[in-house]
Amino acid sequence: MRRRDQGQPGSVLIDIKGLVVKAATEEGTTTILNGVDLTVHRGEVVGLIGESGAGKSTLGLACMGFTRGGVRFTAGSIHFDGVDITRLQEKELRENWGTRVAYVAQSAAAAFNPAWRLLLQTTETAVDQHIMTRFDARAKAVDLYRTMRLPAPERIGERFPHQVSGGQLQRAMVAMGMVCQPDLLIFDEPTTALDVTTQIEVLAAIREVVQRYNTAAVYVTHDLAVVAQMAHRIAVMRHGQVVEFADTRKLLSSPEHPYTRELLNVTNIPREPGGETGAEVVLTIKNVNAQYGAQKVLDDVSFNVRRGETVALVGESGSGKSTTARVITGLLAPTDGEVLFKALALPASYRNRTRDLLRQIQLVSQMPDTALNPRHTVRQVLSRPLKFYFGMTGAKCLDRVEELLRMIEMDPETFLDRRSSELSGGQKQRLCIARALAANPSVLICDEVTSALDRLVAKEILQLLLKLQQQLKVAMIFITHDLEVVRAIAHDVVVMKTGRVVEAGPIEKVFAPPHDPYTELLLSSVPQMDPDWLSELLGRRAAKAPDGDVAQRSNVYALLQRGTSPS
Amino acid sequence: MKKILAAPFRLLAAMDWPARIGALIVLIYVIVAVFAPLLAPFGEAEVVGSQYDPWTSVHLLGTDNIGRDMLSRVIYGARNTIAIAIIATILAFLVGCSFGFTAAVIGGKVDVVISRVNDLFMAIPLLIFALMLLTVFGSSIAVLIIIIALLESTRVYRVARALAMNVVVADFVEQAKLRGEGLWWIATREILPNTIPPLTAEFGLRFCFVFLFISAMSFLGLGIQPPTADWGAMVRDNATLIGFGDITPLIPAGAIAVLTVAVNLVVDWFLHRASGLKEV
Amino acid sequence: MLLRLILMRLFWGVVTLFAVSILITLMVNLLPGDIAQELLGQSATPDTVASLRNQLGLNLPLHERYFTWLWAVLHGDLGKSLANGRPIADLLAARIGNTLFLASVAAVIAIPVSLALGLLTALYRNGAFDRLANIATLSAISLPEFFIAYLLIFFLAVKLEIFPSISNIVDPAISLSERLDKTLLPALTLTLVVAAHIMRMTRTSIINVLASPYIEMARLKGASPRKVITFHALPNAVAPIVNVVALNLAYLVVGVVVVEVVFVYPGMGQLLVDSVAKRDLPVVQASALLFAVIYIVLNLLADIVSMVGNPRVLHPR
Repeated sequence: MRRRDQGQPGSVLIDIKGLVVKAATEEGTTTILNGVDLTVHRGEVVGLIGESGAGKSTLGLACMGFTRGGVRFTAGSIHFDGVDITRLQEKELRENWGTRVAYVAQSAAAAFNPAWRLLLQTTETAVDQHIMTRFDARAKAVDLYRTMRLPAPERIGERFPHQVSGGQLQRAMVAMGMVCQPDLLIFDEPTTALDVTTQIEVLAAIREVVQRYNTAAVYVTHDLAVVAQMAHRIAVMRHGQVVEFADTRKLLSSPEHPYTRELLNVTNIPREPGGETGAEVVLTIKNVNAQYGAQKVLDDVSFNVRRGETVALVGESGSGKSTTARVITGLLAPTDGEVLFKALALPASYRNRTRDLLRQIQLVSQMPDTALNPRHTVRQVLSRPLKFYFGMTGAKCLDRVEELLRMIEMDPETFLDRRSSELSGGQKQRLCIARALAANPSVLICDEVTSALDRLVAKEILQLLLKLQQQLKVAMIFITHDLEVVRAIAHDVVVMKTGRVVEAGPIEKVFAPPHDPYTELLLSSVPQMDPDWLSELLGRRAAKAPDGDVAQRSNVYALLQRGTSPS
Repeated sequence: MKKILAAPFRLLAAMDWPARIGALIVLIYVIVAVFAPLLAPFGEAEVVGSQYDPWTSVHLLGTDNIGRDMLSRVIYGARNTIAIAIIATILAFLVGCSFGFTAAVIGGKVDVVISRVNDLFMAIPLLIFALMLLTVFGSSIAVLIIIIALLESTRVYRVARALAMNVVVADFVEQAKLRGEGLWWIATREILPNTIPPLTAEFGLRFCFVFLFISAMSFLGLGIQPPTADWGAMVRDNATLIGFGDITPLIPAGAIAVLTVAVNLVVDWFLHRASGLKEV
Repeated sequence: MLLRLILMRLFWGVVTLFAVSILITLMVNLLPGDIAQELLGQSATPDTVASLRNQLGLNLPLHERYFTWLWAVLHGDLGKSLANGRPIADLLAARIGNTLFLASVAAVIAIPVSLALGLLTALYRNGAFDRLANIATLSAISLPEFFIAYLLIFFLAVKLEIFPSISNIVDPAISLSERLDKTLLPALTLTLVVAAHIMRMTRTSIINVLASPYIEMARLKGASPRKVITFHALPNAVAPIVNVVALNLAYLVVGVVVVEVVFVYPGMGQLLVDSVAKRDLPVVQASALLFAVIYIVLNLLADIVSMVGNPRVLHPR
């Protein structure tokens, strides 16, 4: 069935009707997709958006006729260019894979074979399927590397995957998918693992290459703002069903389904009036330097945290923001400088701190799944710090546990004797917050507490934290890469880059122009729920680029001229 | 209480057929071992006939090289060999897990030192090490148990440390450390409950290994000393019969084999289930 | 980078060898009493005890005893047997060849067969063949070596009379075919034991590799099953498989002890067991050292091979 009739531009390429996908588990079967309809036209980019477990990755792979182990199609049809691929054997499907439909995985670092050079892997399908000669395939790959704006496109293919950075690897994987000029590309969260500034580059490159070859694409992501830049139409998925499928602009301006409206509203957190100004300083980080082995990871970091206020530590991965938290908690001893608690120098290692000092500073970490011992019940999790720090036992302890549960809006009757492994992600994170608050701390460190959660759940957690801070007047250090979150909750902002503080001050000052260049880059790289945002941003950056950088300017202009409408 | 009593049955119901057969065989061995004096028709070291009597209605499996009842000795053998193997395995786990958990929780230099010393002991083959120690100390049951337990504990250490390492990196252990909890609490409340399933499987495997090892030592004449009945030694004592086409000496060997296969069947199911749960 | 890693590993190998040799020579000090008295028994006269102490070098301080011993070993002098006074070097020389021959025959049969079968069980995992192989290998690794040995003797030597039931090669001038004939049955026993281990471990390593995301990616690129295995999976499975083979070769060298005793095969293992029974300490120490050296060197080789096979090491950033 490998025929390449170039079809009518705009004709239907993928037509999915009533698709049901089920997975076999220990307890029987679960339904992953429950009656999904979806169409993709030639040259069209369709976004699939939803929370984890919504079935969007399964649907993306289904467009190739592929299911993971233990998963199968039980009803419905998937027509690819007129052929129902649910009825094909894998041998027949394979003729299309890599040639007419290609896949771009979430983690390029794991999806490239560590044993072979990039170029060999990029050209593998084209050469094996006799679509081009080895020589032509290599030329084509280098051409694509150049289009994807990879550095040294002639030579980067000679590298092994571990020798290339994550963002570059992700672009190399897009190039690999494009070598045979497929009719359809499946992108499975291709930028989720990347920093915002890197994400922009990959998004721009993907958009350019897809438009240049007029390739249809299915773009799977959980980030509505990202998909708004890429897709002509967006399908919103929830619980294995498509709840709304509409043109991007229409979906953003007049969403119909309540769930879509919630998603659109997710970054909009009502801001409570600011904390009391001039409150007492509880924590001072003073000229802290730190190293991992010989590598310097913190360079002269200083800032203050006041009672009842929130300081946001902002930066990309490797900026040293989590390392700062490790120094404050005593997990990493600074090589120079000190941390003062209420003007008293803290011992460098947590091992040398008194029980009461340990109590005063509590940490809530990023992954609620690993922050709770899966074998402990909610009661055990919360009563341990009460007993350990305050010697509470019996009824007194139980009263306090129930009070804490009510504070985090979880019903004591229902949850008291649940194992922590039986809770949902959001409930786990609430429990972690309650465990920290059980110690009655003066300082609460929140390390990326929302980044492992779905957007709507994350919003609830943020609102809870805001409410609790109002009640308890606890000082918070909020570590995040998400500037929307900062906008919602921070009083002070500390922007970090490669272990140094780039800019610090009250949020009104840092988030208002004139910006420090790096803060500007960070702020402008956060995707907005506006389909024109990426084009406008690239235009602005191109205009600003120094004259010498002609290549980048022409690239961006070329991109802009092609526009975003389906051709 | 009812729940606790029902637990073995629920486990049995969850097993596949090979595992269920394995569990049943293990149970039979345990019963034979516990009630050996009641089940055996003659005494353990009692000479009741002449050398190598054939199978008769009195001596169901005949007699051995000095005229003791074969069946009785097979039954008593269950008791001796299994008991020694279990004691040695438990000792090995106590030592290995203590060091393994300590190394994982404290980490740093403590971990490096313990692990290096352990590597050194593992660089000498187990059997060779054991033979050397037996030369120096002479062979007795106590020496045998201690030697095997200590040598096995190096293997247990490796597994326990690796398992604990997986748990130690989890944030909840960091939380416990930051709360100010001590080594004991972290090892018994945070790590142990999360390593019980793989450690149980490992216990089964190690038991088999120890059991085979003791049998091999006895077979070589360096393990459990006569007149105590031991399956390995019984094979050695009566091996000449095989040359005459008599399978009697294979019976104690078969008894060893059936037990280890049975334990392995249960462990295999256990491991399969544990890995299956991870995939879902 | 690669060279540095290999040198580093070699350095650790040498350190381990030294540590092991110290452990072996000084182990006698672990005994709470006097080893000479212990070896000779209660009836020994003070004179004989004193002379044995002298022969074992027990009168020297620890470090002096170790270096005297090391110096002698490096010059090929392993001391004399307590039992018959013959030089240990001669005793070992007569037997090491036999043991290595036996282990090599077993390895030559076991490795290719079990690697191929392991690969097949991984490819057709959870199929009928895999399940059958699983039960078979599980049983094989659960059986005592002497049980397998006697089973083979019972059926192949006694009932079918294909092979001789004992392998007492005494005459060193024996022809190769006769030597093979006498070695085949013990080699077969060892093969069964080791092959089961290699098969299971090969299966696990390959299945681990097959679960990697890059294998799914290769399938989605349209690579045929054969290409997925040979091009994408195998190069990444080489390192673990080499480790499996080395581990089992090392096991083979030790596993010969029991098999040699069953078949009365005149190798190192039998010498060792006899000497332990006689508590002939110098011979035990020398054979233990020899076994440990072979074991350590094999593990060293495996580590180096898997380093060479790792692209991260071969092509640093």
